[in-house]
Amino acid sequence: MHEHDVLVVGAGGAGLRAAIAAHEEGADVALVTKLHPVRSHTGAAEGGINAALRDGDSWEDHAYDTMKGSDYLGDAPAIETLCQDSPKETIQLEHWGMPFSREEDGRVSQRPFGGLSFPRTTYAGAETGHHLLHTLYQQVVKRGITVYDEWYVSRLAVTEDPDPEKRECHGVVAFDVQTGEVAGFRARNGVILATGGPGQVFDHTTNAVSNTGDGPAMAYRAGVPMEDMEFIQFHPTTLPSTGVLISEGVRGEGGILYNEKGERFMFEHGYASNSGELASRDVVARAELTEVNEGRGVDDEYVHLDMRHLGEERIIDRLENILHLAGDFEGVDGLVEPMPVKPGQHYAMGGIETDENGETLVSGLYAVGECACVSVHGSNRLGGNALPELIVFGARAGRHASGTDLGEAIIETGKTEDTEIGEVDTPVAPGAIHAGDTDEDAVADGGDPRSEGAGVIPEPNEVVERALKAENRRIDHLMEKDEGIQQAELREKLQKTMTRNVNVFRTEEGLKQALRDIREVREQYQDVYVDDPSRTFNTDLQQTIEMRNLIDTAEAITLGALARDEFRGAHWRQEYQERRDEKWLKHTLLSWNNGTPELWYKPVILEGEDKTYEPKIRSY
Amino acid sequence: MSTHVPQEQDESNVDAGESRPRSSHQDRRLQDKADRAERNKQESEERAGEDEETVEIKVFRYDPEVEGKQEPRFDTFQVPFEKGMTVLDTVMYARDHYDSSLTFRHSCRQAICGSDAFFINGRQRLGCQTQIAELDTPVRIEPLPHQEVVKDLVVDMDSFYEQMEAVEPYFQTNEAPDDELAEQRQNRENREKIKMGTRCIWCASCMSSCNIAAGDDQYLGPAPISMAYRFAMDEREGEDMQDHRLRIIEQEHGVWRCQTQFSCTNVCPKDIPLTEHIQELKREAVKKNLKFW
Ligand SMILES: Cc1cc2nc3c(=O)[nH]c(=O)nc-3n(C[C@H](O)[C@H](O)[C@H](O)COP(=O)(O)OP(=O)(O)OC[C@H]3O[C@@H](n4cnc5c(N)ncnc54)[C@H](O)[C@@H]3O)c2cc1C
Ligand code: SF4
Ligand code: FES
Repeated sequence: MHEHDVLVVGAGGAGLRAAIAAHEEGADVALVTKLHPVRSHTGAAEGGINAALRDGDSWEDHAYDTMKGSDYLGDAPAIETLCQDSPKETIQLEHWGMPFSREEDGRVSQRPFGGLSFPRTTYAGAETGHHLLHTLYQQVVKRGITVYDEWYVSRLAVTEDPDPEKRECHGVVAFDVQTGEVAGFRARNGVILATGGPGQVFDHTTNAVSNTGDGPAMAYRAGVPMEDMEFIQFHPTTLPSTGVLISEGVRGEGGILYNEKGERFMFEHGYASNSGELASRDVVARAELTEVNEGRGVDDEYVHLDMRHLGEERIIDRLENILHLAGDFEGVDGLVEPMPVKPGQHYAMGGIETDENGETLVSGLYAVGECACVSVHGSNRLGGNALPELIVFGARAGRHASGTDLGEAIIETGKTEDTEIGEVDTPVAPGAIHAGDTDEDAVADGGDPRSEGAGVIPEPNEVVERALKAENRRIDHLMEKDEGIQQAELREKLQKTMTRNVNVFRTEEGLKQALRDIREVREQYQDVYVDDPSRTFNTDLQQTIEMRNLIDTAEAITLGALARDEFRGAHWRQEYQERRDEKWLKHTLLSWNNGTPELWYKPVILEGEDKTYEPKIRSY
Repeated sequence: MSTHVPQEQDESNVDAGESRPRSSHQDRRLQDKADRAERNKQESEERAGEDEETVEIKVFRYDPEVEGKQEPRFDTFQVPFEKGMTVLDTVMYARDHYDSSLTFRHSCRQAICGSDAFFINGRQRLGCQTQIAELDTPVRIEPLPHQEVVKDLVVDMDSFYEQMEAVEPYFQTNEAPDDELAEQRQNRENREKIKMGTRCIWCASCMSSCNIAAGDDQYLGPAPISMAYRFAMDEREGEDMQDHRLRIIEQEHGVWRCQTQFSCTNVCPKDIPLTEHIQELKREAVKKNLKFW
């Protein structure tokens, strides 16, 4: 068994920052990651990091913009923490050598981004994420922090108390992708999940193939609630054939959207008469699809994004990467022709419920980055607000897990006096297949026979040992089964129904259809098997385990979307065309109660440090 | 990380006594697989006969653990062609539809994670960045040469990572402002100078293409040297640090091994002028007259 003070699962921006912070506090910290750190998806971020660095700007303005952008579903304590800490965390990156773009006077450059009242998006060309990821990894190398790379974490080692709030996390179980060795990892102080977004739930996504929602699904099954899962951001400018992202920086620099008739539709069709192309992402995404649906799309599929008028020099200086992306992945030269773009799944606003210190309701378990929901983005994330989230909350979680006192968190996790139990009418039963928890199929499913030693509180090492044993059984089962269905078929089915039914525009019937399809996939999953007999680099096995996580994540997204009968931020419902503040100024939470998802709500916190954010009508 | 093959009875498996009866099981699987392969072959031949446009790929296969795959070989797959299709798309298709044991690294699909560098039609390229339409068919896809093969298209990256780390690939400065909100300014020209060197995605294509690196496993190699360049030329690090860095790349297996063959520069998917960086470091070292060995 491997043993450390703090274990960080995932080595993207959030995980790396957490590990560095823990190391600085003197903790023995290790990163466990299924990809080598520099392969993490943070490297794909293009546009930039929001931080109030200049005269004329302030963290308060940043907080106000963020609250407004969230459509009043962000929690003020989290948003204020984000905006207060972002400047020093961003400059910290600069002190670590991150090659930001520079102004004439040598200061870091900033540019305008959608939904921001000040040009506060700090960037490094159009490859900000690449530089952020590499700069952080460099610091990890410098400090000699232990990295278990290409180790896939497949289970959390959590005690079995019937009350999730009394459960404790003592470590994880993972397998070495290269050799197939399965091992227990004990964490003396805490486990920090930083596993990134769940984009692979959809088939047209800007996310990497490895973004499979592993963290949220594992935490969910261990009793931690998933929060606000219905809020999925669809980015308005992705390349039609691959989902590759064309940064918002293009519109920030003055790029223009045209429909097939050459109309600048954001203005001419009144979608956002003030901000035009720089309206919030949800607004632009819906506008584009409306253009296509009403017959004004190019090839009935997309619209055009034009940056030619910016001139070669400016494009090369600030958006060079975009030229490469459009050329390599769509065969289009952005200097001489407009680029085809359409909306694609991009970001999950929801995730594992945490407080401002990254703590979840299970003690010893933390979550940060895109897999978490500390609730800074509410129902719609502003461009450039995810990267500061990684470094701000990554650093806080790393410190807190190492035992540093950060003060009492204001956001409460788990059920409180204000909790309201929810109900939603589903066409099929969601959650685990209760065919009998002890049978072999439940094992395949990751189900864990709970009988052993129930009632006795085991030693932490024993908790890890038990989880290891259960995981070995599951893996052996998947490997030894000879026939059945393969994960690739299920994955395609799940992704298709999500893209068809839980997309930018959502209807009640569509959401119900998605739940039926997910149920079918879940049933078929009972019969899944791994065809590759080898223990060496068995990606078939890895993808099969990921598939189970996709099922739970997809279901949580859809259940939340069905429950929320209003239109807020990125969540559009055909039957409900209004934001309903009287009913819905609250977060959606889903808990896995012995395999049955339980729906409940908690109110949004609109009270900040010294002001309360009053919901206003969004207008662009 | 090691690349050893686990023993039958791995000590980490706490389920002692439950040894896996792997061999007979494996045999049966392999027979099934052979049958399936035969069916797939027929299917793809039928496909080739239909109107649907397909592309033929020949993929290198090897698995040290599985009998029947221990002898390296090439498998042929017919993949339906779509406009805009990349080499990565074809191997993903083959894996998802024909043989789920086909193994390769990949993640971002947009030339930024650096994990799918393969030897495609005799040249190092990223699978996701290479359009099928630009290649002669059948497309031959092999693991990166000069690197140990772990399985199919997956190579062992440890030595690459070690060489990268040997050049101290992290910013080191004594001049960062004490004020946590004050920037350590950098002028535009200097950023411009190091810009290309910061673009490396650690794909190892350059190392794989370099004859010298192939013959001398201690040679730092193009990507690590370019990484050293990125820091040595960053004015924020200061003079002393630059000397230190030049010393590292000047060692016996450093810049002087480079014979300016340009193969690294030719294959780099990020257009990093590697050879130029190496030459400039040589000049810099001569200027400083820093020969220590
Ligand atoms: C194309 C694109 C562009 C973007 N541009 C911007 C931008 O300009 N500005 C901005 O603010 N935001 C941007 N975002 C959003 C932002 O980049 C992401 O939200 C953020 O990078 C996520 O970082 P992370 O550290 O949470 O996860 P990731 O970087 O995705 O890292 C996840 C890590 O978890 C590991 N992992 C996952 N599952 C397991 C497991 N089971 N076991 C072990 N390890 C595991 C992976 O190996 C990886 O290391 C962009 C996103 C995309 C997709
Ligand atoms: S220098 Fe270029 S070829 Fe070499 S590892 Fe970096 S990106 Fe790959
Ligand atoms: S898949 Fe990331 S570089 Fe090709």
